[in-house]
Amino acid sequence: MIKTDILIVGAGPVGLFTVFEAGLLKLKCHLIDSLPQAGGQLTEIYPKKPIYDIPGYPSVLAGELVDNLMEQIKPFNPGFTLGERAETIEKTEEGHFRLTTSKGTVHEAPIIAIAGGLGCFEPRKPPISNITDFEDNGVEYIIKDPEFYRNKRVVVAGGGDSALDWTIFLADVASEVTLVHRRTQFRGALDSVEKVMELNDSGKIKLVTEAQVVGLGGNGSLNEVIIKHKTEGEIKKETDHFIPLFGLSPKLGPIGEWGLNITKNAIEVDTLDYSTNVPGIFAIGDINTYPGKLKLILCGFHEATMMCQSAFKIINPDKKLSFKYTTVTGIEGME
Amino acid sequence: MDIKITVIDREDKPHVLDAPTDMSLNLMELCKAYELPVEGTCGGMALCSTCHCYVQSDHKLLDASDDEEDMLDQAFFVEDNSRLGCQLKISEEMDGLVVKLAPVGE
Repeated sequence: MIKTDILIVGAGPVGLFTVFEAGLLKLKCHLIDSLPQAGGQLTEIYPKKPIYDIPGYPSVLAGELVDNLMEQIKPFNPGFTLGERAETIEKTEEGHFRLTTSKGTVHEAPIIAIAGGLGCFEPRKPPISNITDFEDNGVEYIIKDPEFYRNKRVVVAGGGDSALDWTIFLADVASEVTLVHRRTQFRGALDSVEKVMELNDSGKIKLVTEAQVVGLGGNGSLNEVIIKHKTEGEIKKETDHFIPLFGLSPKLGPIGEWGLNITKNAIEVDTLDYSTNVPGIFAIGDINTYPGKLKLILCGFHEATMMCQSAFKIINPDKKLSFKYTTVTGIEGME
Repeated sequence: MDIKITVIDREDKPHVLDAPTDMSLNLMELCKAYELPVEGTCGGMALCSTCHCYVQSDHKLLDASDDEEDMLDQAFFVEDNSRLGCQLKISEEMDGLVVKLAPVGE
């Protein structure tokens, strides 16, 4: 069991900066994120895009900002649970929160700060009406173990790096690999594109472009996909597995079931300290909403700062909180 | 100068919008300003496809960039006239444009 003062759900820029502000008040933090790395959207979606509205930085790449934040919070030695989704929370006898992740890791803290951004990133599911019927019965959105596909027939859909890379990898594992893509061009890395073309020319895979998978068939488990081709119409293809790889999109997910007041996929907070309707749970950054809310990193930093003051008072009801400037006292790290 | 753009929502209801050409707005932002159901999750970086729409009039628009095509690869219900609203900058040539919002996936 992991115990800390502030449990931060979401390791994006706002979650990371919370560690700094909490650290100045001698509060220990632990971050949980469904993605395998810190940085949230900045790392996952736009690491190479410049951001122009971080005070003091005329321009900074999203990836650099995350690196800098990691450097800035290093003295406070935060803990991380990455690649696990925060799933359930319950109250303990002593009034703390016990949070369990999708992989069963248990955390306990008196304060929860939800800095979940747009929610957790989940694979985009193609809009095929009966797709959920075949999930884990022939349809997989994530390849966990390629050996699972040994000597099986596989249809992969998508045009990005993961679709290309897995097509190349599975060509040697599966008995048959078909890649279905909407256009003739691919956006993946050039050498992967060339390799896929080579494999297609040599007959090791079958490439179907200007097409998309529109239907699935099978009795209990998947045995065919229906591919709609731009000019040839519908083609039926027998297969054991269908792997749609269309990237990730954010979903609010389990946070929606934690008893918090939610409007339009955002958590309602009091702007005094960004507290939610549940005492001890705060929501900061893109995931919260209040009159005049702006979804900006810089506003999230402010929200994190204000929130930590209230967190201190809840954790230390008898202690006086004296406000200090870092220029005067510097940074005292934590072990 | 203001131009007129017609946005047909997912219930097939047309909305005729007055669009300023001097505010460097894009179509996604215009739809949001009129509170039409367009998420614009990524804020207009061609990174999420929640502003996916179909151009229904025969206006000659700038071709989609590689970034836009790449994102459309990850979208669903994509047709030949599919575009991302955030990549369509409002300009005088768009007067009378008709677009329909694409269905939202799960």
